[in-house]
Amino acid sequence: MTFSPPSPGADASEAIGARHGAASSGKRVHFPSDRPLVTDGGGVIAPLTIAYETYGVLNEAKSNAILLCHALTGDQYAAGVHPLTGKPGWWEVLVGPGRPFDTDRFFVISSNVVGGCMGTTGPASINPATGRSFGLDFPVVTIRDMVRAQAMLIDHLGVETLFCVAGGSMGGMQALQWAASYPDRVFAAMPIATAPRHSSQNIAFHEVGRQAIMADPDWRSGRYLEAGVRPEKGLAVARMAAHITYLSDTALQRKFGRKLQDRAAPTFSFDADFQIESYLRHQGLAFVERFDANSYLFVTRACDYFDLAADYGGSLALAFKGSQTRFCVISFTSDWLYPTSASRAIVHALNAGGASVSFVEIESDKGHDAFLLYEPDFFATMRGFLEAAASARGIAPSRAKAS
Amino acid sequence: MTRGAHKRSDLAVVADMVAPGSRVLDVGCGDGLLLEMLARDRRVDGRGVELSQRGVNDCVAKGLPVIQGDADTDLADYPEDSFDYVILSQTLQATQRPRVVLEHMLRIGRRAIVSFPNFGHWRVRMQLLLHGRMPRSTNLQYSWHETPNIHLCTIKDFVDLAEEVGAVIERGMALDLVGAPFRVAAPLPVMNLFGAQAIFLLKRGRALETSTP
Repeated sequence: MTFSPPSPGADASEAIGARHGAASSGKRVHFPSDRPLVTDGGGVIAPLTIAYETYGVLNEAKSNAILLCHALTGDQYAAGVHPLTGKPGWWEVLVGPGRPFDTDRFFVISSNVVGGCMGTTGPASINPATGRSFGLDFPVVTIRDMVRAQAMLIDHLGVETLFCVAGGSMGGMQALQWAASYPDRVFAAMPIATAPRHSSQNIAFHEVGRQAIMADPDWRSGRYLEAGVRPEKGLAVARMAAHITYLSDTALQRKFGRKLQDRAAPTFSFDADFQIESYLRHQGLAFVERFDANSYLFVTRACDYFDLAADYGGSLALAFKGSQTRFCVISFTSDWLYPTSASRAIVHALNAGGASVSFVEIESDKGHDAFLLYEPDFFATMRGFLEAAASARGIAPSRAKAS
Repeated sequence: MTRGAHKRSDLAVVADMVAPGSRVLDVGCGDGLLLEMLARDRRVDGRGVELSQRGVNDCVAKGLPVIQGDADTDLADYPEDSFDYVILSQTLQATQRPRVVLEHMLRIGRRAIVSFPNFGHWRVRMQLLLHGRMPRSTNLQYSWHETPNIHLCTIKDFVDLAEEVGAVIERGMALDLVGAPFRVAAPLPVMNLFGAQAIFLLKRGRALETSTP
């Protein structure tokens, strides 16, 4: 299950295999060509593979399923150990026995988004029409397309109504889209550190990342896999720029300040003198080991196109009109990527639509990434909301708790 | 606008005015004590708005649907007739624009319930008369320069405001210093002199102005 970068000149398909071999161990569902995913942009994805993970057990009434939606560069490995990186899953702190997403009580599902690169069909997958990887021939997908694919998976798993759909950032957008597209299939929704649409600033940052990838000569108009190369430098720069937006000024200052990296004085060069430079370079390098550059183009584009109100005549309230779903909206004080004002817009729309909504702004100086970290108030909020919703849904307490 | 953690005598009286099974918006719901009472004893579908993060966190952690918000700015976002009751308990005097808040309450809810400390109570009057200082009491604990209570009023003042906004007073009652309701319906000047707190149940008296969004 270890990953090694493809050697120069390695066969393209071998390289793809090496990159994605680690993910092949997980659960997959294949939808044949007669069950296509038709995208918002008019594209057709068929056949479609969805890679997913589950934690816990689906109860007899099939009433305890929770769908966790991952953020931009996340994947289906929400909990446990990630097979590619060896690190804990992205919401490991929240998913497990006795944790807010209590796997002794709930059946937790997490899938890789369509357009992703961890086993679900995406731009690195083989295009059956050409026998080569899709590259930019892959249809541009939207958040709604990602949710459509998830609905196909949920159908496959025999779940009619999800007890809860939760996610942060791009995952929060999916949670909102779920509640809007399938109001009868979502009992509770937790959109966290997210926005009802991508702002101009959000689009701008994503465009910087995409341009960095496309400017790398190894990108080769998206056909790098066949050439046995990868636009590592471009993708690393994209990640470095994005990573800054996930952190707050305060958090950066506290962690790095102006501290120098393994040296007593500046070198008067363009070395990574400062710790923050070294840190960002490391983040960029680690990222290219696990993520496909074309996938990055597609998932960032999906976020940019997200504007939930636009699908409902410009009124976000109409998207949730008459919704019976219980919502818990959470934002973080130092998140400047998807600030509290964006969450408030969601809350106002939900109120106007008459929906049941809780809203908490969590005090944190950790920036956007706070939604992935342990914050006592954040956890207490989630636990309280899920507890109340579960008892309203009649989901039995976990056996561990009952005994 | 956070309610104190101390036991609040007016809450039981307020809860008593709410019909079982109704939809309630509690504005300035504090740590959710009233919402809990209403849900438990009267099967009320309750929602809350609270300014303090501490209060909101406590409520949501208890499973109450509460959002962080400000009575002065956020009530405008609620559609009309979306609740059976809108409750403003011990919060009116802390709002920037009590009249606007009251108008929104009557627009959003079929009925409004307002409780507030009575600045016309005889001890308040005596403190100002005899000592020449801003009054302080169990219901008005803050010194003048720290108080969040920027719009204190007497029961008579409130009755005037209710009339101004075209509300019909369905019930009005005063609580004495220990929080017990007056046994007999007292005339207004007596309520205003001896009531330490007042609680009013109002309903809309005239049609909604169509200009309201």
